[in-house]
Amino acid sequence: MTEQMTGRTGPGVHDDPEGPGGTPGSPAPPGRAVPSPRDLATRTPHREGARAADHARPAEPPAPAAAPQAPAPAPARAEPPRPQATSPGQTRATGAQALVYALERVGADVVFGIPGGAVLPAYDPLLDSKIIRHILVRHEQGAGHAATGYAQATGRVGVCMATSGPGATNLVTPIADAYMDSVPMVAITGQVPSSLIGTDSFQEADISGITIPITKHNFLVTKPGDIARTIGEAFHVASTGRPGPVLVDISKDALQAMTDFSWPVPYDLPGYHPVTRPHARQVREAARLITESRRPVLYVGGGVIKARASAQLRELAELTGIPVVTTLMARGAFPDSHPLHMGMPGMHGCVTAVGALQKADLLIALGTRFDDRVTGKLDTFAPGALIVHADIDPAEVSKNRRADVPIVGDCREVIADLIAAVRAEYEQGRQPDLDAWKAQLDSWRTTYPLGYDQPDDGTLAPQYVIERIGQIAGPEAVYVAGVGQHQMWAAQFINYENPATWINSGGLGTMGFAVPAAMGAKVGRPEATVWAIDGDGCFQMTNQELATCAIEGIPIKVAIINNGSLGMVRQWQTLFYNERYSNTDLHATAEPKKPTGTRIPDFVKLAEAYGCEGIRCEQPGDVDKVIEQAMAIDDRPVVVDFVVHKDAMVWPMVAAGTSNDDIKSARGIAPDWGGQGE
Amino acid sequence: MTRHTLSVLVENKPGVLVRIAGLFSRRNFNIDSLAVGPTEHEEISRITIVVNCDEHPLEQVTKQLNKLINVLKIVELEPGATVQRELILVKIRADAESRSRVLETVKLFRARVVDVAIDVVTIEATGNREKLDALIKVLEPFGIKELVQSGMVAIGRGGRSITDRALRPVERSA
Repeated sequence: MTEQMTGRTGPGVHDDPEGPGGTPGSPAPPGRAVPSPRDLATRTPHREGARAADHARPAEPPAPAAAPQAPAPAPARAEPPRPQATSPGQTRATGAQALVYALERVGADVVFGIPGGAVLPAYDPLLDSKIIRHILVRHEQGAGHAATGYAQATGRVGVCMATSGPGATNLVTPIADAYMDSVPMVAITGQVPSSLIGTDSFQEADISGITIPITKHNFLVTKPGDIARTIGEAFHVASTGRPGPVLVDISKDALQAMTDFSWPVPYDLPGYHPVTRPHARQVREAARLITESRRPVLYVGGGVIKARASAQLRELAELTGIPVVTTLMARGAFPDSHPLHMGMPGMHGCVTAVGALQKADLLIALGTRFDDRVTGKLDTFAPGALIVHADIDPAEVSKNRRADVPIVGDCREVIADLIAAVRAEYEQGRQPDLDAWKAQLDSWRTTYPLGYDQPDDGTLAPQYVIERIGQIAGPEAVYVAGVGQHQMWAAQFINYENPATWINSGGLGTMGFAVPAAMGAKVGRPEATVWAIDGDGCFQMTNQELATCAIEGIPIKVAIINNGSLGMVRQWQTLFYNERYSNTDLHATAEPKKPTGTRIPDFVKLAEAYGCEGIRCEQPGDVDKVIEQAMAIDDRPVVVDFVVHKDAMVWPMVAAGTSNDDIKSARGIAPDWGGQGE
Repeated sequence: MTRHTLSVLVENKPGVLVRIAGLFSRRNFNIDSLAVGPTEHEEISRITIVVNCDEHPLEQVTKQLNKLINVLKIVELEPGATVQRELILVKIRADAESRSRVLETVKLFRARVVDVAIDVVTIEATGNREKLDALIKVLEPFGIKELVQSGMVAIGRGGRSITDRALRPVERSA
């Protein structure tokens, strides 16, 4: 049985036409099935990779093509077909083969990466895998953000791979990004041979040391026998509890040496016990506060999307009539079109959402972390509110704002329990009247809608472009943004109706996120239209991945909101630095030593150079036509250069470090709260 | 700011200490004293950390420590219900004239002489921080040539053990 696992010499798992992961009876090839957003809402979180194999027969040779029909039971809930292993028994394999086999068995179907010296051994068996599609990116940062885009769009673990030293350090930014946004990601890096570790050898970097503060956990593996177990543990840790990135650094000699591969492998994680079941007494206490409150708000964060709890959230909101605000990470967790949706709170949130938080007497905070961009000056945040704070991470509860009722648990379970507890209160006749509160919020919503000015000079308003993309592509499309003004406008002016259709870099604020993350999202959900809404500054940081998209057949659409400047920084210079525009102008057109009248770069030519369709749009009248033109192209990536007015600003705004009470709905204009609350 | 003593049970694996120390340094906490050693279970190490900080930030650090995959359990040890010990080794000048007084002092503090040279004695002493501070103060006039001090180790009084239940298996349902 030694050779059967290699996939080259015998009918091992790799040659199984069904793939070892094919769920019996499933028509879809393993790992290519794509969950709809509806599936995302109902699917259970990733369980440990060993799950499939729990039912495997022990100690049998690798299943030949005919065998693997029997063991896998019908999954309890709707799960997409994922690669699942039948019993391979125990097989001689190199560490590198063990790595690939383990990846196949934990459910990885796509790996974004770039090979290099130390990770070379792993790339050899990868060539034989019939399950794992490796996508060769152009920069490791692209691999990392693509893994994030994939994970955020599908709810599954995103995988990226790089070599030691510079390959690994290029992953640092996307790992930090994934950490801040709780993205389930596994990053695999090659490391120099263990005998050279610590000697400053060629392409050596202590990547496990470097990433300690920005990973949920990381591993340095120097023994081939530890590789498979570690991969299983990494996926388990990344995808359970509060999701997060996990790095597995594997020394080259461990990849090269022989070992016994077997699956499943028992995990050795004695200190890892994420809590998902909320405490019943806390839930009852929260329900009691809900019935006593007259100005409650459901303050919803990205955890609700991670927990696939949108359906439960909607049920709770409709049961109680409590208004909902969705943070930047939670856009889509609750339909924008719903009458109870008050919009996005925060530094660039809408007046109604910010006002709702400030004047509330109870915040039911679900899967959210009272980030400074939401709270503004913390000690003036929601001054009259009691706080119910539910989060799967106990360290988030009472971190920034003390919770009156702390609840640790998975949001879906918390909300489901809350619904039952609130119903019980209602049956006792304790149902509050929220009409006055909702009327107040509705009046703010009418008085202070989100809006923008059309430029006087006939140039394009960036908000208009983004709004039209949202309206034409519709709520089933996936929108991925970079960081800056365009990101805020995309959060404000696109209507999100479904979870996991809005993907952005919220916590770290990583410019350059959009193109590679859109690539990953499109790989994860090939049936969906994926629009990257990007700025010209952001786009120039990672646009090399357009080559990957063109070559690998990943037809994303990129809207460059091109204002020729680092717009958000410029906005702050306008507002807080006396309009002194230090180093925010990206245009190289009017300076003496440079060619005038030339676009540097010419994004249309750049797109064409990358094998993409390039389109330019400068007139408001052309916007719809250009978007529809882009929508019609599905055989290659499309880049649209929307040349927009550079002085447009993001409003409303709560200036950094000030109170939410001082929100300006437009420059110099403060809303009138009408004396509600206090 | 108050002094807190944390006992942290961790997996006996490389790199665990740096993860823990990193959480303290990131929040600009100075660790007063640190002691690491094996326990009655070979797969578990015990770290005793003494820090000076306020209650709220300590609670945050404790929660963050609990999130570390290699951390099994954290207990804050209350001084009143805990036996706390540190160890010092001190080289003291002790010539013919002063040696008998040095030895007298050593005896008073129930310390022990562990090495003798012509004009130096090396002593070892254990105790809580207050006792050792007092000893050092009394020895100082003789001339302390070198002093090394261990981190504090501490154990709760009574029959219960904090390593109980620290080795629960992974909950697969999570």
